[in-house]
Amino acid sequence: MAVANYLYLSAILFTIGAIGVVVRRNSIVVFMCIELMLNAANLAFVTFARINGNLEGQVVAFFTMVVAACEVVVGLAIIVTIYRSRRSASVDDASLLKR
Amino acid sequence: MQTSENLLWLIALPLFSSAILLLAGKRANSWGHIMGTIVSASTFTIGIIEFFAMQSRSEENRAVTQKIFTWISVGSFNVDASLLLDQLSICFVLLITGVGTLIHVYSIAYMSHDLDRRRFFAYLNLFIASMLLLVLGDSYLNLYVGWEGVGLASYLLIGFWNEKPAYATAAKKAFVANRVGDVGLSLAIMISFATFGDVSFSGMKDSVDQASSTQLTAIGLMLLLAACGKSAQFPLQSWLGDAMAGPTPVSALIHAATMVTAGVYLITRSNFVFDAAPIAQLMVLIVGGVTLLFGAIIGMAKDDIKKALAASTMSQIGYMILATGLGPIGYAFAIMHLLTHGFFKASMFLGAGSVMHGMKDEVNMRKYGGIGKFMPITFLTFGLGYLAIIGVPPFAGFYSKDKIIETALNEGGIKGLILGSATLLGAMITAFYMTRVVILTFFGNERWGHKDEPHESPALMLVPIGLLSVGSVASGYLLYKGDWLVHWLEPVVNPLKVHHKELLPPIVVSIMAVAVVLIGVSIAVLKYRGEQSDKAPERVSVFTRAARKDLFQDNFNEATFMRPGQSVVKNLLNIDYLLIDGLVRGVGSVSLNAGNKLRVIQNGYVRSYALLMVVGALALIATIWVVTA
Repeated sequence: MAVANYLYLSAILFTIGAIGVVVRRNSIVVFMCIELMLNAANLAFVTFARINGNLEGQVVAFFTMVVAACEVVVGLAIIVTIYRSRRSASVDDASLLKR
Repeated sequence: MQTSENLLWLIALPLFSSAILLLAGKRANSWGHIMGTIVSASTFTIGIIEFFAMQSRSEENRAVTQKIFTWISVGSFNVDASLLLDQLSICFVLLITGVGTLIHVYSIAYMSHDLDRRRFFAYLNLFIASMLLLVLGDSYLNLYVGWEGVGLASYLLIGFWNEKPAYATAAKKAFVANRVGDVGLSLAIMISFATFGDVSFSGMKDSVDQASSTQLTAIGLMLLLAACGKSAQFPLQSWLGDAMAGPTPVSALIHAATMVTAGVYLITRSNFVFDAAPIAQLMVLIVGGVTLLFGAIIGMAKDDIKKALAASTMSQIGYMILATGLGPIGYAFAIMHLLTHGFFKASMFLGAGSVMHGMKDEVNMRKYGGIGKFMPITFLTFGLGYLAIIGVPPFAGFYSKDKIIETALNEGGIKGLILGSATLLGAMITAFYMTRVVILTFFGNERWGHKDEPHESPALMLVPIGLLSVGSVASGYLLYKGDWLVHWLEPVVNPLKVHHKELLPPIVVSIMAVAVVLIGVSIAVLKYRGEQSDKAPERVSVFTRAARKDLFQDNFNEATFMRPGQSVVKNLLNIDYLLIDGLVRGVGSVSLNAGNKLRVIQNGYVRSYALLMVVGALALIATIWVVTA
C-alpha cells in the first residue's frame, strides 16, 4: 500500500473536521471536530516522518498530543461554564464577542 | 580706548532690584518702593561719577568701554556684549537716571494707595535697566536688546491697571505699533550685517565708505522706521495718546522724558549712516516736520490734560527728529532739545499728576478751572514748565527750540523756507495749546461739579516736581552757554566740525520765534478768557472735529491695516479649517467608515470566524501553490 494514501486519509479527516467546525452548532461536536483536525495533522506528521525516514515528525506528533490534552481541559471547562450560565451548548448562543 | 568697570553696575543694579521685587512677592511690599528708589539713585550717582571722570579726561580719551562677555562668535562674525559710554550716552545716562530717580520718589507718594506699588517699582527698575542698556550698547545688537526691554517695560506699565479693558487694549496697541518699528530695526541690523559684516557702531563707522549708497539708504530708512515706532512719529504715532492709560509717573518718565526719545538717540547714534544717505536724511526731515505739526494740531483739540501733553510730546519729538535730519550741525541741537524737553515735560506731566491727585483722578480739563489758587506750588512749577515749552526766554525751551528753528532756516533755499516755516508754525501752535491747557486748568471759573476743594499734593510729590522745574528753567542756558553741548558732542556727531552758515543773524530768528509765540499765546488768551462751559462745544469746525479724532489716524489704520489684516486672518483660518483640518478629518472619517463597513463581519458567531479562517488558509495555500507552480 502506497504511503501517499495516509496523506489522502489525513486530508479527508481534516476536511471533515473543518466542515464539522463550520456547520455544527453543538459545541461538544465542534470540539470533537477540532480534535479530529488535530489528529489528521498528527497522521500527516507521522506519515512524513515515515517518508523521510527520520523521527522528527513522530516527536512533533507527541507534542501535538500534549497540546491537544491541555486544550481539551481548558475547552471543556469553558463549555461547561457556558452551559451552566446559559443552559445551552449551542455555539451560536455565545455570540457576545461582537460587543 | 579706556575701559571702565562701573558700566555694568548701571544696568545690573536696577535689573537685580527688579528681579528681587518681582520674585519676593508680597514680602517686599513694605520696603520694595524704598529699594527701587535707592537703586535708581545709586545708578544716578554712578552716572555723575562717570560724568566727572569723563570730563576730566582729554577729548579723544573720553569714551570708555566695558566688555561683559563674548555673545556671538561664528566664523568671522563676532559680537561682544559690551558697553560703550561716550559723550552722547552720558547725556542719556544722566537724564534717565536723574529724571528716573525723581520720578521714583514722586511715585512713592503717587502710588501709595495702590496695592500693587511693589510691582510698579519692579517695572520702573526694569525700565531703567533696559533704557540704560539701550543707550550703553556698543552695537546695534546690544541696543536692540535694550530697545525690546523698554518696549516690554512700557507695555507692562501702560497696562499696569489692566483690570480695565480699555487700558489693557491701550497697552496692546502700544506694543503692536512698537513691533512695526522693531521690525524696521531688525531689518536694519540684518542689512548692516550683510553690508559690513559687522553691527558695532565703531566698526560700521570705519567702513561706511565701502558701502553703496543704496545699502546705506536702506539701512537709514529702516532705522527711521524703528525711530518712528518708538518715538511715536508719523505714521506710527497713534499709540502715544492711548499710552496715557498708564499711571502718570509712567507717562512722565517713559512717554515724555526718556523712552520715546530713543528714536532720536538711534538716529543721532547712526549719524554716520544718515550723513552718507541723503534720501534717508530727507525722509527724516519730512517725518519730523509732519509730526511736529501733526502733534501740535491734535494738541489743540484734546480736553484730556494727559492726552494734550502727549500730543505735545509727539510734536516736540518731531522737532528733535527734524533737527537730526539737518545733518551734523543738527544732532547736538536735537539732543539739547531732548534734554530740556525731558525736564520740562516730565515736570508738567508730574504737575498734571498732582492736579489729578487733588481732583479725584479727573483728567478732563473742562472740569478743572481755577485750580491755581488751591494748588499754588503745582501751579508755579507747571507754569515754569509752560514757559519753558513755549520758548519764552530765558527758559530752557527757548534756547533749544530757537536753535532748531535757526538751523532749519539756515538750510537755505526752498528747503530752509519750508522747514523754517514749519518749525515757526509749530512754535505758534505750541504756544496756543499750552496756553489753553494752563488757562483751562489753573484759571477761570471752577467747573469741577462737586463741593470738595482740590488740595495740594504731599511734599514727596512736590519736591521732585520742584527740582524738575528748576531744570526746566536752567538747563537750557547751561547747555547753551558757550555752545557747551555742541562742543561736548562734537567728537561723536560732528567729527569734521561742520559749522553752519548763517543766512539770518541769530537775533532776528530769536525775535521771530518769540513773536510767533506771543501771537499764539494772545490767540489762546482771547479765545479762552472768561467763563468756560464744563462741556466741550458740540458745534465745532470740521478741523476741530478731525483733531479731536487724532486726524483720523486710528480710522486710517483701522481701514488700511486692521480690517484687511483681519480678513486675511479670517481667510487663512478658513483655509486651515477646510483644507488642513479637512485632510485630517478626512483620514479619520475614512477609517471610521471602513471600520463600520468591516464591522458586520465581526458578528460574534464563532462558526463564521472559523469559516473565515478556513477560507483564509485555503486562499493562502492557493496563493503559495500558484506562485510556486
